Amino acid sequence: MENLLITILLTSIPILLAGLGELVTEKSGVLNLGVEGMMLCGAVAALGSVLIFGNPYIGILFGAVAGILISTVFSFFTITLMTNQVATGLGLTIFATALTGLIGEPFVGKTAASLPKLEIIFLSDIPYLGKILFSNDILVYFAIFLIFFIHFGFQNTKLGIIIRAVGDNHDSAHSIGYSVKLVRWISTSFGGMCAGMGGAYIPLALTPHWSEGMTAGKGWIALALVVFASWMPIRLLIGALIFGGITILQFVAQARGWDVPSQFLNMLPYLATILALALISFKLKHNNYAPACLGKHFLGNK
Amino acid sequence: MTNNLDAMTFIEVKNLSKTFDQFLANDSISLNIKKGEIHALLGENGAGKSTLVKCLYGVVKPTAGQILINDNHVIINNPREARSYGIGMVFQHFSLFPALTVSENILISLDEKITKKHLEDKISITAKQWGLSIEPTKKVLDLSVGEQQRVEIIRCLLQNPKLLIMDEPTSVLSPQEINQLFKVLRKLANSGCSILYISHKLNEIKQIASKVTILRSGKVISSTDTSKISTTSMAEKMIGKKVKKITKISKSSYLNLSTAISINNLNRKKLSQFGTELKKISFNVKYGEILGIAGVAGNGQVELMNALSGETLGDPDEIIFENKKIGNTNIKFRRNLGLEFVPEERNGHATVPDITLTENTFLTFYNAYSKNNNFLDNILLSSNMSSNDSISIIKDNDVRCPYSNPLADQLSGGNLQKFIVGRSLKANPKVLIISQPTWGVDIGAASEIRSKLLLLAKAGKAIILISQDLDEIYEISNKICVINNGSLSTPKITSKISATDIGILMGIN
Repeated sequence: MENLLITILLTSIPILLAGLGELVTEKSGVLNLGVEGMMLCGAVAALGSVLIFGNPYIGILFGAVAGILISTVFSFFTITLMTNQVATGLGLTIFATALTGLIGEPFVGKTAASLPKLEIIFLSDIPYLGKILFSNDILVYFAIFLIFFIHFGFQNTKLGIIIRAVGDNHDSAHSIGYSVKLVRWISTSFGGMCAGMGGAYIPLALTPHWSEGMTAGKGWIALALVVFASWMPIRLLIGALIFGGITILQFVAQARGWDVPSQFLNMLPYLATILALALISFKLKHNNYAPACLGKHFLGNK
Repeated sequence: MTNNLDAMTFIEVKNLSKTFDQFLANDSISLNIKKGEIHALLGENGAGKSTLVKCLYGVVKPTAGQILINDNHVIINNPREARSYGIGMVFQHFSLFPALTVSENILISLDEKITKKHLEDKISITAKQWGLSIEPTKKVLDLSVGEQQRVEIIRCLLQNPKLLIMDEPTSVLSPQEINQLFKVLRKLANSGCSILYISHKLNEIKQIASKVTILRSGKVISSTDTSKISTTSMAEKMIGKKVKKITKISKSSYLNLSTAISINNLNRKKLSQFGTELKKISFNVKYGEILGIAGVAGNGQVELMNALSGETLGDPDEIIFENKKIGNTNIKFRRNLGLEFVPEERNGHATVPDITLTENTFLTFYNAYSKNNNFLDNILLSSNMSSNDSISIIKDNDVRCPYSNPLADQLSGGNLQKFIVGRSLKANPKVLIISQPTWGVDIGAASEIRSKLLLLAKAGKAIILISQDLDEIYEISNKICVINNGSLSTPKITSKISATDIGILMGIN
């Protein structure tokens, strides 16, 4: 049981990280559908750098930087050149899938070092809870920290409020003197960084080998999760855990020998995504939490 | 002597010009605002008022000219710099963030470092001091339009402004709220703050301002004390010609009146978080009658218009027209019965902006054109069929086009509105439902549109007029009711309802 809960938590970390990043991006009014692609870039950069340098912490750094770099491509196109956000995001994912396949080719069959577990003295000795919560690798702690950081930041810091303001009404934000484009660049880069780290977590903690498209749709789930969480960081954690649980269900079913086709179990997380989105949009019809300027171009001074 | 006068000037604008592409929005404007003076800026839409104040507030950069503050040359690159010179601005279309709370809205426009909690206390104190009650932790989307304006004003006041720019501040307020606002403005002026008050309402300018500068096509036409100029000559200077005396068309008299349309217990859920729920709306309109529906923006006018036109449907007996239950029928059905609708949004709702007037006319009268044809002929109908109709609409309603058959969005607001109203009249409606017909329309066009409506009523048609402009409602309606938070008051005969009554019905205390 203990192990199961730990596995669920670990499985949900990539979705959680990527989702948190996308949440910030979307709060500023930018819809980046390239999460899957950015995660792949993070994954391949992390794996490659760990194979070269041997240190998994370097992997986190490379993953984050790769995420930021690829997100700036998106920012440049959508924010500066004002291309269509949906098309550009999709294009980014397709491009990144192919690019990472190329870069990852030499890494096939090699095993990278995993992130070490950091036991927090004293706390990790608490029965049950200690093992689950306080004996994890650094990115787990970071992801949990990030939830509260973002929540607090949006409520109480000026930068957080500015990001929300830009997503809510960019014309007003411009008229009181903020650079809408700069705020969106920053938010999108933050989203890229988080997605890169989320992607990096997969080779660094879950499966230490490279395989093409190894994020396996986690980026899309993260995107859906942001809507599911109605743009609230704490709800995002709950959602990520649910999806982590559903993913783990496949392995449980296999281990227990349940007579369910494996294809069906593979399908479950995505089915749940669609269901969640349908439910949410049903519920949200009259109570829309989405940032008002989500996906809209800011044209500047007309 | 010059020294003495200069010492009193807060801001001076010298020969300021601004061009957009080829268009000269401000043509060498000079302006002088003294400390503690309420200075009105008067002009029609497109006269360059907004551009001028945007230059002062650093939102747009002037092409040429100088700005002097306390006799020093300044270049205002952005609103932040404007604020640092003590210039604050309340925008016409508020620059607020609906999803943020009042204090968050204010926090991000302050340049000083302050925590949210601390700021909330400060807002409460300032609000009390100036008599502008506001709840700092409320979300802006839950506030009325008047309250939203208070947020904007408090936002400026917290920065101890030396010049407050107000862009058409009263267009969204009830009579009581206007009085309250004027009290605050006078108090501010007495404390030494200059106010630049933009408006096209002449009486208001007379009432509040001590000086008035009149702009027309980007140029200063006149700048004088308000005590030395009459409203008539202000109007003449503003539109550049003698105000055409319109032969006053009297309201239709009450004879032989039968009910045209009756609305019974109409309810609609709100469509979005920002919408208004319609609650048990009931009224009757008789033939030959104009019913004016007054109210502050955002109290359900759009929802009511949608319900009446058939964009949102309900129970059949909610709307009864000539004994037919039509509450669940669509727009096309209602129009075929003889109802016509003119929605508030001219560009994009009443017309398709980027097709020609002929094509827009075609879309409206497609049914009529296709009536006697077979299926195939209807598919192949040519939009040229409507050119005669569109030409006669243009001629009958004095629609001024830049060239023949222009795209809809190439007409000015007033001309486009004249076209839209004319098109509705062309359909020879039994009932006309019209929303904000003269919003943002220049004086000349507005009075032409109003007289068309009066003529239509005289011809025995029923009109439902939804308008925020109280003067307009008083001028042409036979009966008046007020929409407030989705509920409608009982219609009263115009002569028996005062502006104060209306203010109370608007729910402002």
